[in-house]
Amino acid sequence: MNVRIDDMLLQMATVLYFFSMAGYGGFLFSQKKLYQRAGLSLIASAVLLHFISMAAYTLSNRHVPIQNLSQSLSLSAFALGCMFLFFQYKSDLKILGIFASVLLSVTMGIVWLIPDAPAEKNEIFKGFWFYSHILLIFAGEAALALACGTGILYLLQEKGIKTKTPGFFFKRLPSLDFLDDAGYTCLTTGFALMTIGLVTGFIYAKVIWGRFWSWDPKEIASVGTWLIYAALLHLRFYSGWRGRKSAIMTIIGFSIIIFTFIGVNLLIGGHHDTFTK
Amino acid sequence: MPDIILIGLNHKTAPIELREKLSFSSEETLSALEGLKKDPGIKEVLVFSTCNRTEVLFIPETMDQAQNDQTGRTIEFIARHKNIKRSEFTSALYIHKGEDAVRHLFRVASSLDSMMIGEPQILGQIKQAYRVAVETGCSGVLLNRLMHKSFSIAKKIRRETGIGDNAVSISYAAIELANKIFSDLSEKTVLLLGAGEMAELAVEHLLSNNVKDIVVANRTFKNAVALAEKFNGQAVKFEEREDALVHVDIIISSTGAAEYVLTHDQVRRVMKKRHHQTLFFIDIAVPRDIDPKINSISNAYVYDIDDLKNIVESNIEQREKETVKAERMIDEAVLKFQKWLESLAIVPTIKALNDKMTAIVEMECKKTLSSLKHLTKEDMEAIQRMTQAIASRTIHDPIRFLRNTGDHRDDSLYLNVTRQLFNLGGPDDE
Repeated sequence: MNVRIDDMLLQMATVLYFFSMAGYGGFLFSQKKLYQRAGLSLIASAVLLHFISMAAYTLSNRHVPIQNLSQSLSLSAFALGCMFLFFQYKSDLKILGIFASVLLSVTMGIVWLIPDAPAEKNEIFKGFWFYSHILLIFAGEAALALACGTGILYLLQEKGIKTKTPGFFFKRLPSLDFLDDAGYTCLTTGFALMTIGLVTGFIYAKVIWGRFWSWDPKEIASVGTWLIYAALLHLRFYSGWRGRKSAIMTIIGFSIIIFTFIGVNLLIGGHHDTFTK
Repeated sequence: MPDIILIGLNHKTAPIELREKLSFSSEETLSALEGLKKDPGIKEVLVFSTCNRTEVLFIPETMDQAQNDQTGRTIEFIARHKNIKRSEFTSALYIHKGEDAVRHLFRVASSLDSMMIGEPQILGQIKQAYRVAVETGCSGVLLNRLMHKSFSIAKKIRRETGIGDNAVSISYAAIELANKIFSDLSEKTVLLLGAGEMAELAVEHLLSNNVKDIVVANRTFKNAVALAEKFNGQAVKFEEREDALVHVDIIISSTGAAEYVLTHDQVRRVMKKRHHQTLFFIDIAVPRDIDPKINSISNAYVYDIDDLKNIVESNIEQREKETVKAERMIDEAVLKFQKWLESLAIVPTIKALNDKMTAIVEMECKKTLSSLKHLTKEDMEAIQRMTQAIASRTIHDPIRFLRNTGDHRDDSLYLNVTRQLFNLGGPDDE
């Protein structure tokens, strides 16, 4: 059997993701910009290879690589990489690379650990609404992952300042205001993408199954997640839930996303389960 | 080998009263340099004076025991120039020579000898002193090199050790905290509770960080107005302080009140009104003005004078650890400089020049003669003798010039030029 080009590229991308983690680790300890730049370039190159790998897969298999859990995870890592590069370009929160590179490496590690069993081709997984749904949901969840990352950084910095023991992270992390703002940007972006993603999902359901809503466990969980983020944004606007509370909520929100992404399918099942078999 | 002598006193050897008497203003520095330049025993000289030290660094013309007389003459000059009896300050003086003088200068430039180790101003002050020496023509090849080396080692130490990393004064620590809480201080408003001297000092520091606005509240309204005018801010009545809290971000409190002037309940109420935007309280009053329980309100941070002191102390500890690393780097730099200095002696320079010529002659002869197989042994020897003669005639005059010392000319300058012209290399050619 010949070596699949997309597999090879994906392996290379994974290695680069791991190297970027080392780069950012070096940056965290030494505070040298060189390491940060190396980490960032590594992530950028990895994302590029990742994209080519998925494009090659799509061309040779005539469908996008989201047929099983391994491929879905790989796609979410790709979305996270893209989102990270986007936010890095927008808000210059360099230290977020620590979080992004670790999450990317862990995700890609899992991708290679679980079997990549070729699933049966399902003819209903195509069309404009399907691709919009997938694209928006994955992009939205990647942004929310980054919101969770800034939330963690916020809590680290806040704890040092609140307890009057500025330690290892005090110098290395930006100001609380900055982290809060960056987290808020990620949060609103993610929420907006997720909202449109859910709507396109409903439309796709209507087109395929003739109804918007079918009490699928994943549908329920997704809408539940959406409600949690909506509540968080509401509280932030009207009750001043900023700073620490907001940071904790973004972390809880993202934990629920992970549960929705994997847990619901593994434990309960439903019509989304193909992606996570 | 030329020598380097450094005479000086600093905060460790002399009390402030004495340092004041011996400190040189910039005009005095200028006139002192002019005076010292006229001294035939001094080749190069630099005067360096800050509030914590006065130092004179010079290269004597003479060698050995005559140097002691020169040092004495220079001290006498300082005494005359500052109109102070020599006996009043000789006990506070330190006199370093050669390697010790170089090490001392490197340590001063790197802020290892400062009262506040790692403070960043000293390097700028030394650069300024050097600039004056250059402008008055008091600096030559030795001081130029020495001073530039001291700048580069100071920068290297700042870059590679954590010596300048942490805030080691209360006000700086407070500003550092403010910068880690707020992303842009220039958009933030400061409320001063109390219009005393402490408040004024704190604001001066903050103003240099460009805060947006300053509000002053004081029990005696008149004083609040006066202070507010001084900083282009606005004054409010002391009773209005709770309302004022809604629109400010940083509160610096320094009243003489016996009880808390801001309570937990007040701040809780205010927090709602300001949509939980962050508040940073800096309480420098003793007894404290701000209820420490306020720190438990989310998005409110309270630091009292002890908290700030604790941060400063742990930073100082950290800094002291870094000095060990810095001292090692200085030792290396001193060693390198010593090697360069030694290379400036006449004999090794002439030898290096001869060696280089001999090497060139040998290499070229070998290259040419190996392709001229038809020559007899005698021919070859004649050619070799001729090339050697050309080489030694070429460097004959330069060598004679170098040997011919004296005449009040600066040998180190010509030796340095010779080494550079002929690319003789030194121990240090970065």
